[in-house]
Amino acid sequence: MNKEVRVPTMADLVAQGETPEILFWVGCAGSFDDRYKRVTKAFVKILNAVGTKFAVLGTEEACTGDPARRAGNEFLFQMQAAANIEVLNGYEIKKIVTACPHCFNTIKNEYPELGGNYEVIHHSTLLQQLINDGKITMKGGGSFKGRKITYHDSCYLGRANNIYEAPREVLEALDADLIEMKRCRTKGLCCGAGGAQMFKDAEPGNKEVNIDRTEEALATGAKTIAVACPFCMTMMSDGVKNKEKESEVAVKDLAELIAENNQL
Amino acid sequence: MAYLGQIAFIVIVGIASVILTKRIRRIRQNILLGKDTDRDDQPSARWRTMLLVAFGQQKMFKRIIPAFFHFLIYVGFIVINLEVLEFVIDGLLGTHRLFMPYLGDVYLVAMNIFETLAVLVVLACVVFLWRRNVQKVRRFHAQEMTKWPKLDGNLILVIEIILMFAILTMNATDQLLQTRPDSGYATTGTLFFSSLLMPLFAGLDTSTLIFVERFAWWFHIIGILAFAVYVTYSKHLHIFLAFPNTYYSRLVPKGQMDNMPAVTKEVQIMLGTQPENGESDTEEEVGRFGAKDVNDLMWTDLMGAYACSECGRCTSECPANQTGKKLSPRKIMMDTRDRLEDVGKQLDKGENGLEDGKSLLDDYISREELNACTTCNACVEACPININPLSIILQMRRYVAMEEAQSPASWNAMFSNIENNFAPWKFAPTDRFNWADELVTENRKAETEDRTND
Repeated sequence: MNKEVRVPTMADLVAQGETPEILFWVGCAGSFDDRYKRVTKAFVKILNAVGTKFAVLGTEEACTGDPARRAGNEFLFQMQAAANIEVLNGYEIKKIVTACPHCFNTIKNEYPELGGNYEVIHHSTLLQQLINDGKITMKGGGSFKGRKITYHDSCYLGRANNIYEAPREVLEALDADLIEMKRCRTKGLCCGAGGAQMFKDAEPGNKEVNIDRTEEALATGAKTIAVACPFCMTMMSDGVKNKEKESEVAVKDLAELIAENNQL
Repeated sequence: MAYLGQIAFIVIVGIASVILTKRIRRIRQNILLGKDTDRDDQPSARWRTMLLVAFGQQKMFKRIIPAFFHFLIYVGFIVINLEVLEFVIDGLLGTHRLFMPYLGDVYLVAMNIFETLAVLVVLACVVFLWRRNVQKVRRFHAQEMTKWPKLDGNLILVIEIILMFAILTMNATDQLLQTRPDSGYATTGTLFFSSLLMPLFAGLDTSTLIFVERFAWWFHIIGILAFAVYVTYSKHLHIFLAFPNTYYSRLVPKGQMDNMPAVTKEVQIMLGTQPENGESDTEEEVGRFGAKDVNDLMWTDLMGAYACSECGRCTSECPANQTGKKLSPRKIMMDTRDRLEDVGKQLDKGENGLEDGKSLLDDYISREELNACTTCNACVEACPININPLSIILQMRRYVAMEEAQSPASWNAMFSNIENNFAPWKFAPTDRFNWADELVTENRKAETEDRTND
């Protein structure tokens, strides 16, 4: 397999007179968070491997404003939205994929009222489509065959946007043994980071939400906790570290699992 | 003298109607203190939601045991009220079992169905009393479920049991009187469940029996009227408001936060992108950004507060509540209702209830509660009648952030990061694309290694 990777920016493509099929919205975590950058890279490798014509905004991208809006700072949110929409509309973007459910929700559901209308999909949906179309073929007897994996639902994919099955279908394509936690799908327990909780300490209580959730995930006996959101990734990884299980249990994004399985 | 009963009946129904009308008007005025929001679009989707969620109890059935017993009471309530129709007409005309001669056997079957339902309602109420008081279901013992809310829950169940026994007593004595030629009571045929109670009253003489039968009849109809008034002060208002509340549900994706057009306008002015033909001269009153008190919320939020039956399914699914934080979505709804009721009482007295030195924020709902919400929508998903506690939380956060600038310090830091660096973390915006260089470098390295290994 050709392992050369290219990360074209919109500015480059436009200069060459080209238009991509899809814009990959990387998001702040995907751009700056050391752990989540690996997800970004894995996803880009997949896009390269399947030959999808994509582009990123690079330094022209900015926070969607999701945490600002949910913390109540509507003014700041709308400033961010206006700036982003101007850039996206300037490039005449039609279709956007993002690995972050918060970016996904905001661009898909909240930007239209402010003048930003795009077809927005989450990377789990795109990965599922690529698998269904046969563009990603799973290597038989891959490294995940029969391995116990549990999937942690992201609130902003699941309850917020009714995406429950795409991530599960991706995991099933790995031939993995998918085990559900008791609180899953519509009853899934939040990782504790949404609604801008990521950016402040939790209020006093008996326990941190991510610890509660990690205990539930570990109780399934799964050796991999699959996530599809940067906040969930951080919270579950911290939980696993807190339980000193990081040598046995891995927290991985769907894109990483596919890239790993296909040795990208 | 013959009309005494009818006159008493009309007077009692009249008094109840006056009280009820006054009370309903008060609640309506309270709800209309809220801001307007357009929920009249997509009527077919709205009817569908109401039929499924309120009429069909769809979301109740996520928890099968309470759903089953709740369903018995629900069906009992609707069906037994058909009998109340006869009660009312009998009361007005001074007749007894007016429909019986016209319906014949159908009447007997209907009465037996009503009695069966009455017994099932009693059964369900006993199970619920047991769940609330003996089994100690966790959601009924939260900090907000003491005093009146706890009493309210139990009172309703006890009243329902008493009302059902009034029906059964009435039918039992009626059947005994049918065997006494001097009573003049017409024969109904055997009413199975009430006939089981007949031995209790068999020793009484005819006049006492008539007294007990009439007493049970009056007790039941007055009980229903009193209950109707009580309901307007109780969490039991959900039996009516569940229907409009589901009809006016939010139909957009749960993750979508409501837009604030007033802010959009400000942002457009700031960026100089205001549309040329904008209605900038129509200076509508902006009011507060976000919600400090009940009148800043939307009327749908306020209707939700009156519709809430305090079942606590929202709170039991809330991640903050599950991990011991103060936030309880149910308490948010109860506080909103309490505040509305307090404001309404003052308005009734001719005072300006909204300017009494109190507000929903701080005097009822604390900032600690608001700050703990992860906006995960578990409460919204859980509510059997589509109430949205998150909507209230978000609007109050908006007030704290934009009117007061009193958000938690770390949120303020996050705000300034977004403002200055276009990311919630303090990274230089110029470094945003560094991952791509890293990727290319790492990839080359891996390829070189691959080749060396080959």
